[in-house]
Amino acid sequence: MATLREVPSPAGGWRLFLLPGDCLLILLGLVLTLVSFPLFWQGGKGTRAVIRLDGKVFREARLDVAQEIRVPGALGETVIHVEKGRARVRSDPGPRQYCVRQGWLSAAGDMALCAPSRVSLSIEGDKAPYDALNY
Amino acid sequence: MTRSIIELEVTPDDARVARLAAAAVGLSLVDAAIPMPLPGVKPGLANIVILLTLARFGWRTAVWVSLLRVFAGALLLGQFLAPGFFLSLAGALTSLAALALARSLPRRWFGLVSWSLLASVAHIAGQLLLVRLWLIPHDGVFRLIPVFALAALVFGVLNGLAACRLWVEINPEDPPE
Repeated sequence: MATLREVPSPAGGWRLFLLPGDCLLILLGLVLTLVSFPLFWQGGKGTRAVIRLDGKVFREARLDVAQEIRVPGALGETVIHVEKGRARVRSDPGPRQYCVRQGWLSAAGDMALCAPSRVSLSIEGDKAPYDALNY
Repeated sequence: MTRSIIELEVTPDDARVARLAAAAVGLSLVDAAIPMPLPGVKPGLANIVILLTLARFGWRTAVWVSLLRVFAGALLLGQFLAPGFFLSLAGALTSLAALALARSLPRRWFGLVSWSLLASVAHIAGQLLLVRLWLIPHDGVFRLIPVFALAALVFGVLNGLAACRLWVEINPEDPPE
């Protein structure tokens, strides 16, 4: 059995395998793929920080003015920092500090949960993401 | 007690399907061994066999080979009836449907690369749909579409070119053009 190496490469190179329709489809696929990136990765930047306590909205803050929000959580006080375009959980009395270590959140849909304190910080955009799919 | 003997008649067609399916299964094992950055992104090398089967022996044979590949491949990888098996089955079914349509495209203009491209896009579309409906019922999975689309495009074209290359080897006098 001949190995691939022994077989002469197609005369004229691999390009000969591509028929006009093939090239058209590849081009179409390329364009659709490139278009799909902004289409599905939109809703990127968040505009509001929503803080929930016990699952109920405790405070909403727009991400344009720097401020510090103190939330009376189940274990003590959770401190949330809001800055221009981002927010983070500054401190939390919870034992594992997951929400604090998550750092700054800026993209719509980002969320930090301080489960023991029953406090959550989520970033939301002006328009709900994935709108393109819910037409 | 008389021993009953069941004899299975093996037609040349059966033997051919079995040979092709074995080649496809082998390639899906190679597929599974290649490390990939994202689950779901795979070269799909077995599709090369499906393409050649379709071009040479027609759609019915291709369906047989493809489905045998899914079942036997899942058994060998220990994935049978696991989520991965159903994803593989969904992808195989949608890409077979796409190939059925692709076959009616004029052969003068659309070659194996077109078939491969359409099949790979349909493959990932079917899988993504099943993931959305069943495994991860959240629209967040659609954020992966650009990555999957890019992978389908790249591997679809590469597999199509590989299939063309092998086709020339099998039928030197009958180029895919």
